[in-house]
Amino acid sequence: MKNTLKQVFHSPKFLVGFCIFTSILLMMIIYPLVNPGNPLEMIGLGTFAEPGTYVSLYDSVGTKTSTLKLDGADVKRIDQVLSGEDRVNMLNWFTADSIDISGLDITDTDTLLAMWKANFDPSIRLQGMTKAMRNYYIRLNDNINAAASADILTVSEIDASTGETVEKAEINKTDYVNVGDVANVKTLPLGTDNFGRDTLKELVSACGTSIRIGLIAGTVATFIGLLLGLLGGYLGGFVDDIVMFFTNIFTVIPSFVLLILISYSISQDQRGANTIAIVIGFTSWVWTARSVRSQVISLRNRDHVNLSRLSGHSLMRIILTDILPYIASYVVMAFILQISSGILAEAQLSLLGLGPKTTDVPTLGLMMNWAMLYSAHLNGSWWAYFPVILTIAFISFSLNLMNTGLDQVFNPTLRD
Amino acid sequence: MKTNESCVISPENQSVQIRHLEDIQSRPSCLRGKGVTKIFGTGGKQTVAVDHVDFDFHEGELVSIVGESGSGKTTLSKMLLGLLNVTEGEIFYQGKLRDISTAKKKREYWKGIQAIFQDPFSSFNVFNKIDTVLLDCINMCGGRHFSKEKKIELMTEACCFVNLKYAELTNKYPFELSGGQMQRLMIARVFLLKPKILLADEPTSMIDACSRATILDMLLHLRDETGMTILFITHDIGLSYYISDDVYIMEHGKFVEHGTADEVILAPKADYTKRLISDVPKIYEPWDLSTVKY
Repeated sequence: MKNTLKQVFHSPKFLVGFCIFTSILLMMIIYPLVNPGNPLEMIGLGTFAEPGTYVSLYDSVGTKTSTLKLDGADVKRIDQVLSGEDRVNMLNWFTADSIDISGLDITDTDTLLAMWKANFDPSIRLQGMTKAMRNYYIRLNDNINAAASADILTVSEIDASTGETVEKAEINKTDYVNVGDVANVKTLPLGTDNFGRDTLKELVSACGTSIRIGLIAGTVATFIGLLLGLLGGYLGGFVDDIVMFFTNIFTVIPSFVLLILISYSISQDQRGANTIAIVIGFTSWVWTARSVRSQVISLRNRDHVNLSRLSGHSLMRIILTDILPYIASYVVMAFILQISSGILAEAQLSLLGLGPKTTDVPTLGLMMNWAMLYSAHLNGSWWAYFPVILTIAFISFSLNLMNTGLDQVFNPTLRD
Repeated sequence: MKTNESCVISPENQSVQIRHLEDIQSRPSCLRGKGVTKIFGTGGKQTVAVDHVDFDFHEGELVSIVGESGSGKTTLSKMLLGLLNVTEGEIFYQGKLRDISTAKKKREYWKGIQAIFQDPFSSFNVFNKIDTVLLDCINMCGGRHFSKEKKIELMTEACCFVNLKYAELTNKYPFELSGGQMQRLMIARVFLLKPKILLADEPTSMIDACSRATILDMLLHLRDETGMTILFITHDIGLSYYISDDVYIMEHGKFVEHGTADEVILAPKADYTKRLISDVPKIYEPWDLSTVKY
């Protein structure tokens, strides 16, 4: 046993898979300690806040400032206001106003702005331009003016008793606050999702739920498959015929269709993560049963089994001591694959909206479902779905690597 | 060693071989079969492995069943052991029709009939220690309540009988032993169980010649000591001549010839027997391969 474990951990494939899986598990344990709280808590109002560090604007007004004169601060400020799209639209305005734009480079902010200031007039009504487009240009112009002019920004407050506006602070362009001094700063490494929830926190929690679903589904599938395979294979005859009858029926019906139908027939509020896991387990035992059966049939006529029978051992004892240990390595490998396919099945099912109910716990599949429903892939919010896909890929990759590693250890013909 | 001596016996010098044929024939029947048949498969794809064979094995007899691979020897032995169901025919055990319909009756039957298999390496459960194998035998013979010392004493005695040292074997796994040692351990197992019939299914075909002599010697010794019937299943007709009282020759699931070892091997009647005999390589004569069929 000790020797086998040593061999298993000397297999590079198993080791890599094991390391990836362990780091995912460690992340699941450690991250909630660092960042506690309900993963489904909506911390933001808007949808899909980008990944980054968020500084409270309100708090930064009163915070101690330092004066810094940095090169190109103005250019950066305008760059922040002028997106690539805005620049192209400005160019469109010049063309519509029949202004010569030959030799104009839209990445050259200074020339572009100079030309804009010289030519833009909000009162001009260009032919064929919609009202919305005109308003957009006016807004753009205001933004540019705001960014370029006014050295001092005044923050004022309305006095509750008198109703007068009282000046509270003046902000210079050269004023900077230290992020460490601001009372409220929040880093969202993966931004927020469509409901304004911290995506990373949700992902870590979803990862745990999905692995749990995989484990339960894998255990159920392996248990059913093992039981049927052992009984059918060892007893043979009539029992085997019945087992094979059911196994064949389940093989012929695509298990995913069955999974969809079963999930669909369970009402939304009954559909917890564990229910889904059990349903997945009930539809994926077929291959385990078939392969265990064939292994048991080849073991059944081995001399040591015959000898055990001749020693008067009971059926239970023969199965447990003379057959199960011989197929144990195989069953462990099948179990690992079942976990991986359980996680994938949940993801597929949830993507179709047939996964666990959405108010309870996040799962990897549900996160993808939400991202898809709120068009994260269309508006470029990659952080809502890409890390989820990556996590699913890493989990199944690590499990499959472990499986291959084990296969190489237990199946000497595959050794290099 | 007795068997080593028997290795040099030639048909002219039979004084070493002691056969009490009349004595054996007069003993009561131990295992008798009538029209025993085994058919594998159903419908169009039927294979007749054993085809209506009749046999009668007497108490204390050493019977060889000889045939080439695929002739149905092992199938017959499994039916005799009750590991395979008989398709047709009847088997009488100690004069009465054999009844192994329930697990309890089977267990009772197996107290009287035991086996040694061909491949010692696959005969043991590699996950169990050697002690387990021997302890199972003691438990089976009603020694479940024996004290630990008594059990160890019995196991030591059994190991002694097969020239193994219990102290060296205890807490070891089967794969730590050589093929010859494993096969001797199988004999130790039989020694503990002391069945009435021992079915040895090619027990020496997987081990080297030297260990083979030892194993055969032990089997003969065991028979002398306990008076058990030994059914020796082999493809080696030369070997069967030296050790057995009665010989059955099996071809394609049928017994083509049977009689005492002298009758069958020194004066074979069936063509198949003649061929089997001529196929045995001879040390002092050129080997006649003219009868070899492909």
